[in-house]
Amino acid sequence: MKWLYLALPLSALAVTASVAAQSQGSQAQRGQQLFTHFCAPCHGQGAGDDRSDMLPGTAALARRYQGAKPAALELRTDLPAPVLTLFVRRGVGPMPAFRPSELSDADVAAIAAYLAQPD
Amino acid sequence: MSVLPPDHDEAAFAAYVADLRGVVGDDWVWSGDNDMFPYRDSFSPVWNTPEEIQASSAVAPADVDQVQEVVRVAGRHRVPLHPISTGKNFGYGGPSPNVPGSTVLDLKRLDRVIEVNEARNYCLVEPGVSYFDLYQHIQQRGLKVMIDCPDPGWGSPVGNALDRGVGYTMPHFRDHFGAHCGMEVVLPDGELMRTGMGAMPGSGSWQEYPYGFGPDPAGLFAQGNFGVVTKMGFRLMPQPDYYRTGLIRVPRRRDLIKLVQHANYLSDAGMVSEIRYASPLSPLQRQPEFAALVTKMGGPSDAEMDAAAAAAGLHSWAIDLQFLGPEAATAAQWEYAKDRILSDIPRAEALDGDHFALPATEEQLENRTQPYPTAIRRKGALGVPSLGIWEIVRDDGHVGFFPVLPRDGEAVFEMQRVLGDASREYPLPPYFSAITAPLFWHSFTFQMVFAPSVRHADPEHNAMVHRAMKHMVAVAAEHGWGDYRAAPIYQDDVSASYSFNNHQLRRFLEAMKDAVDPDGIIAPGRGGVWPRRFRDRSRT
Repeated sequence: MKWLYLALPLSALAVTASVAAQSQGSQAQRGQQLFTHFCAPCHGQGAGDDRSDMLPGTAALARRYQGAKPAALELRTDLPAPVLTLFVRRGVGPMPAFRPSELSDADVAAIAAYLAQPD
Repeated sequence: MSVLPPDHDEAAFAAYVADLRGVVGDDWVWSGDNDMFPYRDSFSPVWNTPEEIQASSAVAPADVDQVQEVVRVAGRHRVPLHPISTGKNFGYGGPSPNVPGSTVLDLKRLDRVIEVNEARNYCLVEPGVSYFDLYQHIQQRGLKVMIDCPDPGWGSPVGNALDRGVGYTMPHFRDHFGAHCGMEVVLPDGELMRTGMGAMPGSGSWQEYPYGFGPDPAGLFAQGNFGVVTKMGFRLMPQPDYYRTGLIRVPRRRDLIKLVQHANYLSDAGMVSEIRYASPLSPLQRQPEFAALVTKMGGPSDAEMDAAAAAAGLHSWAIDLQFLGPEAATAAQWEYAKDRILSDIPRAEALDGDHFALPATEEQLENRTQPYPTAIRRKGALGVPSLGIWEIVRDDGHVGFFPVLPRDGEAVFEMQRVLGDASREYPLPPYFSAITAPLFWHSFTFQMVFAPSVRHADPEHNAMVHRAMKHMVAVAAEHGWGDYRAAPIYQDDVSASYSFNNHQLRRFLEAMKDAVDPDGIIAPGRGGVWPRRFRDRSRT
């Protein structure tokens, strides 16, 4: 009977963990959609326009980091929500700030969750 | 430092903000330095100076009913609203208002693509829809229409058109305000109005006949402050079958005169998409002697320029032509353009360019298949929104002055010389020189570009840029060249330059403003139009 009593909470824990994982997964999935729409046009991994090797944001980070960090944001895992929020809400260099009406705090957290996922 | 609305103290502002929250909810009203940071113009040359115009607050309604109620609340509290669509008008003021302490009316949440009609070639959208959104909507549904988008795709078709923005396809689509058809507007008293056929209940042709009957007030809402546009229709080009390019270059400096006349014919006859002018001599600017020649005071002589071109074995001018339509038609139009120009301008040359069926492949969109160096920005040319243009942004952004000049080669030479001389006293790149090519953005006129960068950490540089901007606007006006679009900090300067008959145009507009919005609830000062309440303090 102990095993039964033990098993119940364990399975409940497993369900909770599974729900949490699903929740994180769906947050990251939403973050990927948001990244694709709002961030990737400048910070994506593809080529830039008209024979440019990189998109503008990726090129700017390549110049800044000189190889010390990946230039494409999707190759980074060191951008937790507070750091990302700082750049999104304050902007940096030619990147303007984004308003909560276009990207909510929850949206930024979702993008951070997506970026935090290991490849 | 937090800013308060005009004629408000802290208590009055708090009461006003509470009323706004009552309309849209607590989550959609912002105030205070931190929350208002994204509503500042980060491209402003007066960044962090007393001249920077900052809003007190922002409100983001969810629908038209809430927009109407917000306007009524602002009216009761006498607080100016500054409407923005997606707020990406960088280089022209971004989301910043004309009056310190205004409330930014952020329309981003009105983000519905209401209709795209591929049988009758139009769309109807709300202001929060971006070019990316509209393009995605069309692609996901496989609709056979092409949008015309400006350089950065995050902007709004409504917002861009209302600031008379431009794109890069056929003449009747790339003038975005000119391509609009039908508006819905919340007026300064909160009432809702529709223009054109939209004013007739039951009409099905709102996006097909813009005028309806009687005077059409649509123009009052472009660079204007007579209402808040909440819906706008646009004509769309049917997806063309084929895209073709060709380059024509001419040897002598003064060949530009005839070249422009031929290009005008081709464009006005509806044969070509946007024509890109360029000088093949541009790479020579890396040579100090050549750079000194093209920027010397008073300008170089034609003979000097022709000698420099001949010595380098280069042509003086080139035009990139683009054709959209059935394959056979694009081929015939290119043949016609070549025959027309090469038979008239001695030693002119033509190069066959890239050509392919649409939609383009990724490689074609990346412009990797053009057989010669080209000034075409391919995605824009094919109505594909992008942010690739951001590669040209230097430092912390830039501010733009784009004087309009006649579509005439002699006028090009005159602007090169006059604005070149005027700009030499500023330590800036040579925006105007003897090789500066005209921009053919708007459908029937030329412009040139003066867009110095700003640096947040260098107030001396920014102050120099600010002086240069005002100086260039003034010098241009002395020669009949006016800006087409300006940041709020320059709108009074630009408006004042349109001064025929003691500023009668501005006086007429301000008489109307006084009649419909005497308290200046909608964007007082926008377009240089001030209501009585603010007129004296703004002009002194």
